[in-house]
Amino acid sequence: MGIEKVLFYVFALTAIIASLGVIGSRNPVRAALSLVLAFIATAGVWLLLQAEFLGIVLILVYVGAVMVLFLFVIMMLDINLTPLKEGFARYLPIGIMVALIVLAEMSLILNPNFFGLEIYTVPTALGAHDSNTKMLGQLLFTEYLYAFVLAAVLLLLSIVAAIVLTLRRRQQSEALYQNVGDQVRVQASDRLTMVKMPAVVRVKEVVQGADDE
Amino acid sequence: MDMMLQILAPEIALLIASMALLIGDAFWAKRYPALTFQLTLATLVVVMVIIIATFSWESLQLFNGAFIRDGVADVLKVAMIAMTLLAFIFARDYLLKRDIERGEYYVMGMISLLGMMVLASAYDMISLFMGLEIMSLSLYAMIAMQKDSVFAIESAMKYFVLGAMATGLLLYGMSLVYGNVGSLQFATIYQTLSATGVSLVVGLGLVFILVGLAFKFGAAPFHNWVPDVYHGSPTGITLFLAAAPKIAAFALMFRLLIEGLEVAVMQWQSILIILAVLSLVVGNVVAIAQTNLKRMLAYSTIAHMGFILLGFMTGNIEGYAAAMFYVVTYALMSIGGFGVIVALSRRGFEADNIRDLSGLGRRNPLLALIMLVLLLSMAGIPPFVGFYAKLVVLTQVVEAGFTSLAVFAVLMSVIGAYYYLRVIKVMYFDEPLENMVDAHFATASLRVGLVFVGTLVLLLGIMPGDLLSLFSMVMTY
Repeated sequence: MGIEKVLFYVFALTAIIASLGVIGSRNPVRAALSLVLAFIATAGVWLLLQAEFLGIVLILVYVGAVMVLFLFVIMMLDINLTPLKEGFARYLPIGIMVALIVLAEMSLILNPNFFGLEIYTVPTALGAHDSNTKMLGQLLFTEYLYAFVLAAVLLLLSIVAAIVLTLRRRQQSEALYQNVGDQVRVQASDRLTMVKMPAVVRVKEVVQGADDE
Repeated sequence: MDMMLQILAPEIALLIASMALLIGDAFWAKRYPALTFQLTLATLVVVMVIIIATFSWESLQLFNGAFIRDGVADVLKVAMIAMTLLAFIFARDYLLKRDIERGEYYVMGMISLLGMMVLASAYDMISLFMGLEIMSLSLYAMIAMQKDSVFAIESAMKYFVLGAMATGLLLYGMSLVYGNVGSLQFATIYQTLSATGVSLVVGLGLVFILVGLAFKFGAAPFHNWVPDVYHGSPTGITLFLAAAPKIAAFALMFRLLIEGLEVAVMQWQSILIILAVLSLVVGNVVAIAQTNLKRMLAYSTIAHMGFILLGFMTGNIEGYAAAMFYVVTYALMSIGGFGVIVALSRRGFEADNIRDLSGLGRRNPLLALIMLVLLLSMAGIPPFVGFYAKLVVLTQVVEAGFTSLAVFAVLMSVIGAYYYLRVIKVMYFDEPLENMVDAHFATASLRVGLVFVGTLVLLLGIMPGDLLSLFSMVMTY
């Protein structure tokens, strides 16, 4: 029990400090890297809860794919931060006030009186061979099948939306609409026009032209 | 299994058709430009027929209670499909005039409609949330589709960021309720809460849920996105935005607050009263200062949402039925209002200033007459349906014992009547502007659609009884 508790506090503290870094740091690259750290710490908490699949997916998908793309975007765009910081000092007092009120209200409720161990008992630990992945899969494909299918629709929709918003159509081109039948049936006379021209140009005219020059 | 297919048939048909059109449109878009539009309309009609043919009075549940098919869901779905149908017909005219018509507009509109139908049928929090996201994500993309318009991109960004925030608040509230009750299903939540009472944790969750709902509804004080988004979006998309998603927002509120959290009625009633009062004030008073017709209609939306919240606030079935009647008729009126703007505008000219309507009574008597009917109906003047919708809501508010609230709502409506009447004055008594080109309809379907909407607003105002009794019947079951 001891080591798990220590690990939990380490991960939780890291997550909180990293989250503060996300909103607090001036440099957007540093903020993005703090978010990576927050994700990794959260993945650690999930691993402690025996949700290995979720923990690993968080690192693979969010850290490995999403955040890397995000960093690319940040580094490619030259973001000017000064206009973003405008009015920061002006809104700071009211912002802090609202944040403190919300914090006070939430801490009135999100505390051991309502979420203590007497109300929510410690979940029983899984055995050594109980696979988190298998359990998740079973739930997804049975109890939550409907939501799972809807999630697929949502992903498809986001693909369509992303393509619609970024695709610039080419100019009207008929190349996409070739008719194979027409191409096979085509005759030489459709494509090649014979034009009668004198094969020999008389020398006299040529010489005259040269004289004129 | 057969039973399951029959219950799910409308959603399955809509999903398959939108996938097929998405692929097909890539092949036939240039050869047959109108085909996607026609097939979309055909699909919507077919789905509507399926719902009516398999109409279900009793509640049928699927997927361990994640999906419910009952009278309320079916009626709301039919209303949503009808609104989407009208929106597509009206929007096509707008999109064609500007050369931005694309098959994806209809496909994303259909997927958005699918999200709304999922929302209307959601019976646990996950499917509710998925439906909401499918609906909203399509809407954001549809607004941003007009890529060369700075306004459209800006309003899509605003809508996206604020919508994401509202979703976050809603989800946090849901997670608190889940943390306390231990179930995502509305039926279980209802049973548990009736047994244990409403704890402080559920109360906090409820506050977050209500804030998220108010954002989605566009109720004051969470209304600031509404005028900007309505104004900035291309009118062809605003009219879609202003109709069917409002019915979906009603479904969202109905499922969450009444099916799930009706035990906490004391808690949400007082919050809804505050939201309704603020919406009535903001919507009616600020609209007076608007010179832009789209912004004015957006503020009028906020005021109408106040009335819908009043119907909800009563906490009894007749009140919910009145709110349902209000939201459906409001969607009809608002789609007509934006349809008139579409009919008046042409490429490079948006007829969205109130003075663009000046002298419309002489320039285009039919269009002016339709606008007159719609505006009088929104103002709540008999014999149009808007009057009757206000009347049933106010009756329920008085019966629930909130007489002063009803008086306040009437006073606010009187203030609101001013800005509707001002537009009518501009249409009939002002001289046309110098450079005004005669308004003409581009497509016959838009004209037919607008005449249909105007007639329906009048007919429902004269004979509202059948629709209203249908609504209270499905609510009672």
